[in-house]
Amino acid sequence: MIVKVFNNLKRFLFLMLVQIIVLNHVQWSGYVNPYIYILFIMLLPMETPKWAVLMMGFATGMTIDMFGNTAGLHAAASTLLAFARPGILNLIAPRDGYEAETTFTPQKLGLNWFLAYVIMLTVIHHFFYFYLEVFRFSEFFYTFFKALVNSAISIVIIVIGIYLFGNQSKANERFAG
Amino acid sequence: MRSLFLFLWRYNFFILFLVMETICFFFIARNSNFHHASYINSTNTAAAKVNSTVSAITEYINLSKANEALSRENAAMHSLLPGSFYIDSALKQLVVDTVHKQQYTFVTAKVINNSVNRRNNYLTLNKGGMQGIKPEMGVVCAEGIVGIVKDTSSHFCSVLSLLHKDTRISAKVKKNGYIGSLVWDGNDFRHAYLKDIALHVKLAKGDTIVTSTFSSIFPEGIMIGTVEEFEAKEGDNFYFIVVKLSTDFSNLSSVYIVENVMKGEQQVLEEKQTDDR
Repeated sequence: MIVKVFNNLKRFLFLMLVQIIVLNHVQWSGYVNPYIYILFIMLLPMETPKWAVLMMGFATGMTIDMFGNTAGLHAAASTLLAFARPGILNLIAPRDGYEAETTFTPQKLGLNWFLAYVIMLTVIHHFFYFYLEVFRFSEFFYTFFKALVNSAISIVIIVIGIYLFGNQSKANERFAG
Repeated sequence: MRSLFLFLWRYNFFILFLVMETICFFFIARNSNFHHASYINSTNTAAAKVNSTVSAITEYINLSKANEALSRENAAMHSLLPGSFYIDSALKQLVVDTVHKQQYTFVTAKVINNSVNRRNNYLTLNKGGMQGIKPEMGVVCAEGIVGIVKDTSSHFCSVLSLLHKDTRISAKVKKNGYIGSLVWDGNDFRHAYLKDIALHVKLAKGDTIVTSTFSSIFPEGIMIGTVEEFEAKEGDNFYFIVVKLSTDFSNLSSVYIVENVMKGEQQVLEEKQTDDR
């Protein structure tokens, strides 16, 4: 239990640092800004209560907001993501349900399942975020394109990242028994 | 009453979600209002520290470019010194200048956080209330204008970039003085749009656009950019003008904060006019 909390805390700090120090400064062609910090909310353990996921979604978004001068925008989007998480999990549940205390990684549940999970949640988060940021429909198609491109890039980074750093948490789990 | 509690308990997850989204929207609404200071921004100490560390590193990488820009600016300044003019009058006279009092003062500042790829962009600078920085001061750099100060903490300030949907800057065509307003449409950090220039005005590609005298924030004649394209849309009385910005927003490191010493005086005078109306 303590190991799990510690692992999640470590993941939170790591993702925050990557997001704030590297990805917030990516300025490629003016509209690419991937947001991968949402992986933290996606990877919270199965047994986390729903309300706690919601709280953590809010807190994660607020932290990103503080560093990016976007008061409330990320908090609103990642709270929506946390709200959508249980629904998506039900929607794409394997035929015989989830194992107790499973972790949502491709190593545990397969790449197809993981892709479906990440794509749905990232698209929900990004579209909500970009439309909220613009807050008008006059730039509808431009915003749509921007959200689509950024979702694609975020998903690619998240999938590559989980294969690069995923094994480490597996070793920790074995250690925990 | 009991059924109300049952209802609340049954949908507690959804209600918690609604409460949190309401809090978020409160912050968003609060931040979009120019005159209200927001609490969640990067001028708070922890965020500012991280941002200044990151910018210290990137600044080092960009040193050669910064040096070049500074020496170019130095050269421009040198050419304005009295020593570099040929003196053609035989008689010189000392005049105590009481008419041309100084109206604008400049404070140098370093950019410690900046973005160009959002719809609404902000900068954070390393000067704040302790150095006399107040909201609604202008921010310029050697190449052109940058934005307007929004909030200050004791050592930092956040700046509403020109690349923001609420920014409107009074600009004029330098060669004939016609005045329009400059807005940014969110697509490209190298271009902005000049509106309200009527169709009878003679324009050419490459015309210089500078700040006008109407704004009490920027001094007159600060470079904004050049006309890249213009067209007269059918059924419209005004040109659609694309301005190529002279400031490179993706590579800003040192800027100047402008204080208009006589701004209070001008505002008091202008407020009287609205009372009469």
